[in-house]
Amino acid sequence: MSDEKDILKKINNFAFNSRKNILEMALAAGASSSHFGGALSIVEIVSTLFSTQIRFNKDSPNSDDRNRFILSKGHACLAYYAALCEVGFIDKEELKTFEKNDSNLLGHPVLNKSIGIDFSTGSLGMGLSIGIGIAIANKKKNRNSNIYVVMGDGECNEGSVWEAAMAAPNFSLNNLYAIIDNNNFQQTGSNKEIMNSESLKEKWSSFGWETSEIDGHNVKDLFNYFENGKNINKPKALIAKTIKGKGFTFSENNNNWHHSVLTKSLYEQALSEIIIK
Amino acid sequence: MDINERNIKVWSAIGPRATLGMAVLDLAKDMENLMVLTCDVSTSAGLDRFRKTYPEKYVDLGIAEQNLIGVAAGLASENYNVITTTFAPFQTMRCCEQIKVNLGYMRQKVCMVGIASGLVLGNLGYTHCCIEDVGVLRSIPGLTIVSPADSLETIKAINAAIKLNSPSYIRLTGGSNNPIVYNQDYDFEIGKSILLKEGKDITIFCTGASVYQSLEAAKTLEQNNISCRVINMHTIKPIDKEAIDKATETKLIVSVEEHNVIGGLGSAISEYKSTISKAPKQLFIGINDFYSKGGNYKFLQNKHGLSSEKIVVEVINNYKKL
Repeated sequence: MSDEKDILKKINNFAFNSRKNILEMALAAGASSSHFGGALSIVEIVSTLFSTQIRFNKDSPNSDDRNRFILSKGHACLAYYAALCEVGFIDKEELKTFEKNDSNLLGHPVLNKSIGIDFSTGSLGMGLSIGIGIAIANKKKNRNSNIYVVMGDGECNEGSVWEAAMAAPNFSLNNLYAIIDNNNFQQTGSNKEIMNSESLKEKWSSFGWETSEIDGHNVKDLFNYFENGKNINKPKALIAKTIKGKGFTFSENNNNWHHSVLTKSLYEQALSEIIIK
Repeated sequence: MDINERNIKVWSAIGPRATLGMAVLDLAKDMENLMVLTCDVSTSAGLDRFRKTYPEKYVDLGIAEQNLIGVAAGLASENYNVITTTFAPFQTMRCCEQIKVNLGYMRQKVCMVGIASGLVLGNLGYTHCCIEDVGVLRSIPGLTIVSPADSLETIKAINAAIKLNSPSYIRLTGGSNNPIVYNQDYDFEIGKSILLKEGKDITIFCTGASVYQSLEAAKTLEQNNISCRVINMHTIKPIDKEAIDKATETKLIVSVEEHNVIGGLGSAISEYKSTISKAPKQLFIGINDFYSKGGNYKFLQNKHGLSSEKIVVEVINNYKKL
């Protein structure tokens, strides 16, 4: 039990540091603003993955055996860069170059193995297909590694998502996870207002995925989910119930924070609200 | 593969699509990490034998071209040599943005083969013809585009493209009983055009199935005292600038292609040619930016001025006006 306690503490620390890093980048972005809300909704998911599942090694970023991470909802890159900083690929100073001229850290991830980014994403609906390609390759090479693709619920509007959703069970890809950040919002409104994606669980399940629904901010549930997934012989879809803008009173469930400017005063307010669990 | 007179005749008879199947069957013998991906077109792409012989190197994605490109990119990122193939419109335009992001932006090394491009499926209508693929793909940085002149060149192009360290598109035009341009082995290098016939009055740059028609046209033009240089521009991107430089010594440049005159070989030539002072006039022979009524291949080639006879008439008319 103390082991689990340590692990959860590690994940919580990771998440705490990630939120702080996100604030630094959002502040540095200044008037060019940043995709704040959708990054904050995946902090616990990304923190759980990077601190317990991905096992990224900055000394050998191209190791064949590593688990792969694909941020298909590329606009949530603040959470990704924060995690890459936490595991040592990006230093804190570089975070401040976010969206600056010639930066490695643009508003959507750009393939750059030297800082741990395997794929350029940002155009929605493409990440899961890449994940399937890697999952097929891993099976052929008898590797035990997994592929974790983080997607948005709004992203599930894209038809290409469902092409991929149909294919993964067809190839029995039990090494593939589709993690859907179900924060119920997309760019200009709620899912219900824009394109009703209700019953995501039934949809993924009917496509042949082992589908679960859990609180996407509960690191204990997330950790147990990924640990137990190892015994399930199907591709796995996780509908992670999340809160867009999670962590700060001004941004939680407030879709104005889909893409917005973090002022110095809001930055300070956010710093005062940030808590370590 | 043995390149001899007999095999060249066989490849010509079966056409470029079935030849593609034979080429990858041969490639798989020595290429451990080859993967061939299709979208429910194994028969159309001549891949039924490949599918049975190398099931571990074959993935059928079903009728889902966007997923096709993403899966191909994922495999390529794990160091597989990936060939994707389906009918040209679906191989290129249905998944165009996936090609941009995965192959262009990320430079994942995938070789795409668009089968039955151009007008060969004219009796099925323009959903299945493809007169836009080169124009669309040429604007994606880093993508090599090759349009083989005959079945033998199809084999050459596939073997060369799979060895590139970057993404590529091979555009297959022509059908079965594909006219033979090359009746013996020759040197093929991506990016380097091939002089098929020397001439001093005009230069005809042609590509794909239009190479044979242009060669035939050149013979008739010689009889009309117009000396034609004929160049097989098998690679449309990167375009062979040297050949264009050299063509400026002739009085007229003609581009011939089974593609819209906007965006294809003719455009690629003129983009470079416009940077050369005192370059000769260019005659664009191709589909003049419209969707015609359909019909069989020969009918459509003729309708769009792409048969050797129509090329002759058009060239003479323009040459006289110089």
